[in-house]
Amino acid sequence: MNNSIVVVILASAVAYGTPLLYAALGELLAERSGVLNLGVEGMMLIGAVMGFLAVQRVGGPAGLVLPVAIVVAALAGAAAALILAFLVVTLRANQIVSGLALTILAGAAGLSSYVGNNFNLSTDPARYSFAPVNAFGLQDVPIVGPIIFGQNWLVYASWLCVIAVSLYLSRTRPGLNVRAVGEAPAAADAMGISVTKYRYLHTLAGGAFAGVAGACYSLAITPQWQDGLTSGAGWIAIALVIFAFWRADLCLVGAYAFGAFSALPFTLQARGVTVAPELFQALPYLMTIIVLVVVSSGIAKRRLNAPASLGVPYVREER
Amino acid sequence: MPQVRIEKRLHRRRWLMVAVPLGSLMIALILITMLLVATGHPPVSTFRRLFDAAYFADGALTTSLISATPLAFTGLAAAVAFRMRLFNIGAEGQLYFGAIGATGIALLLHDQSTAVLIVAMVAAGAALGAAWGAIPGLLRAFLHTNEIITSLMLNYVAALVLNYLIFDSLSYWRDTSPAARVFPQGKVLADAATWPVLTLGSLGIPFGFLLAVAIAFGIWVLYTRTRFGFEAQVIGDSPRAARYAGMRTRRKIVAIMALSGGVAGVGGASQIGDFRHVLDVKGMEQPGYGYAGIVVAALARYNPFAVVLVAFLLGGLQNAGYALQGADFPSGLVGVMQGLILFAMLGGELLVQYKVTFSRRVARPHLEVEASG
Repeated sequence: MNNSIVVVILASAVAYGTPLLYAALGELLAERSGVLNLGVEGMMLIGAVMGFLAVQRVGGPAGLVLPVAIVVAALAGAAAALILAFLVVTLRANQIVSGLALTILAGAAGLSSYVGNNFNLSTDPARYSFAPVNAFGLQDVPIVGPIIFGQNWLVYASWLCVIAVSLYLSRTRPGLNVRAVGEAPAAADAMGISVTKYRYLHTLAGGAFAGVAGACYSLAITPQWQDGLTSGAGWIAIALVIFAFWRADLCLVGAYAFGAFSALPFTLQARGVTVAPELFQALPYLMTIIVLVVVSSGIAKRRLNAPASLGVPYVREER
Repeated sequence: MPQVRIEKRLHRRRWLMVAVPLGSLMIALILITMLLVATGHPPVSTFRRLFDAAYFADGALTTSLISATPLAFTGLAAAVAFRMRLFNIGAEGQLYFGAIGATGIALLLHDQSTAVLIVAMVAAGAALGAAWGAIPGLLRAFLHTNEIITSLMLNYVAALVLNYLIFDSLSYWRDTSPAARVFPQGKVLADAATWPVLTLGSLGIPFGFLLAVAIAFGIWVLYTRTRFGFEAQVIGDSPRAARYAGMRTRRKIVAIMALSGGVAGVGGASQIGDFRHVLDVKGMEQPGYGYAGIVVAALARYNPFAVVLVAFLLGGLQNAGYALQGADFPSGLVGVMQGLILFAMLGGELLVQYKVTFSRRVARPHLEVEASG
């Protein structure tokens, strides 16, 4: 039963959706503070390559090296986000062009590729990687076993992150503040909330999540390094946040839906189904477009709760 | 601690429009020098090698123009749309579709003369690029769907279509002769489909580059001399004002997106006619012309003539990157340099738009602000 194609696809949907989930959570935090971060793809690649570098070069047992690599990936993503935050918050540069610039600087033909080449990372597979864990010994339970209890640590941690981000934004003072900053920065400023501080911190947090998302590829899914290994997942994450109406719990649903589309071609190929792989590979992108169209037109429009000041630089002197 | 005040400039200073980009470029050079020192490359000799490989060595200018041509097209494509605040990030996919169209028509009309083929290839490239660009335009105009994400997603779809045509199907574009079975590749075009090169002494200017200059002129005329261009700018700057003035917003959004896609599509046709002569999947996907074009357009402040100039400069840098690529000059380095230049330019924009004043005074309440409420 656990080898039935539906279960296999669902289980791999969770695995493939996890990087999307991390990246979307990060993007969610940045967007809630009013920063449209289009540099996710670049931050993911930086996180992926730095996490991979840490695994290859840090000595020690797997149980120590892998957490260190995740921390390194998160810090690397945050460092990349710092550049973006400086540009768009302090220097008030155009957020769209700045995000793209970051992806060019850090992305498939930029810094991540440079680091990969410089340390010859693409020759060997990862020394250690996140393997599936048999949680509570329930992996062999029919249906839910492989889907829920047979995943790796990054998947379990992502669930905690969803809960944490969700509670943070709805139940804590700083979380409510960040929403105020994203909706009406001038009002938040008048309340004594530092718009600059909140936007910096949440862009950095977004970068850290993106870094971990990248490490999901280089340390769990692939697990190796090659130029541009995220292949556009960062952009899908940006669309996911819109799809999820800026809510953490819906990010999870969306991420797994898109994960299923990413996993489909591999699973079908392994079963000997011969369909042009491009058709399935195009599905996540087409789905994103369809979802965006549905979400942005008609009835859904009223329910959409995009932060009102998303993408608008805040200039205190102009309020 | 000194107080920093940032105020919007009411009038743009002309000298700043020149001084700030130059200053930004200097800062970028300093940052790049720091990067080179940090990564163990001697800066002076690296810069010399870069400039040599880009502009001064024998034939360097010619190869730099080859790198610059696609950037000029995608840069113009981005500039056309961004000027109306339509963020078309899909030049990459529109270029692929232009290439597909140009290759298809050239294969179909293989026994025609070069002149006929050039016209047909440019027309087919423009048409397919425009069609692919019109999709996000239509979605934006009629269903209010954000064009950034949709145009970007279509890039990946276009790349997959390209792969499908050559690697996973027996399409019209694929060379299905027994000799080509080992490694899938496209059909090579007839010699007549090769676009001419204008030679001035040792310098060879690709026909596509001249075409890009002509298109730049056309875009300049469109935006400065026609009602259509004026209205497009008004719609970009203030959609509400445009609506009150009775401008036809939706049509212009679609038209500008199609125009942007069409320009990128001609870039794809030029890739085929000028340089590749075959639907070369990896060769077109790997450089990321579409994304680099956005950088070019932003650096040029969406001015079409400046786009061509910046494309030439960045094309030189990219060409030098390919030429020097090797153990002591890893491939990602040029991308990092481009990013640093772009960051410096974007950051410098603050000084053009805002007035920054430093004062050592202790902050005191701004009475005039309070009085005016």
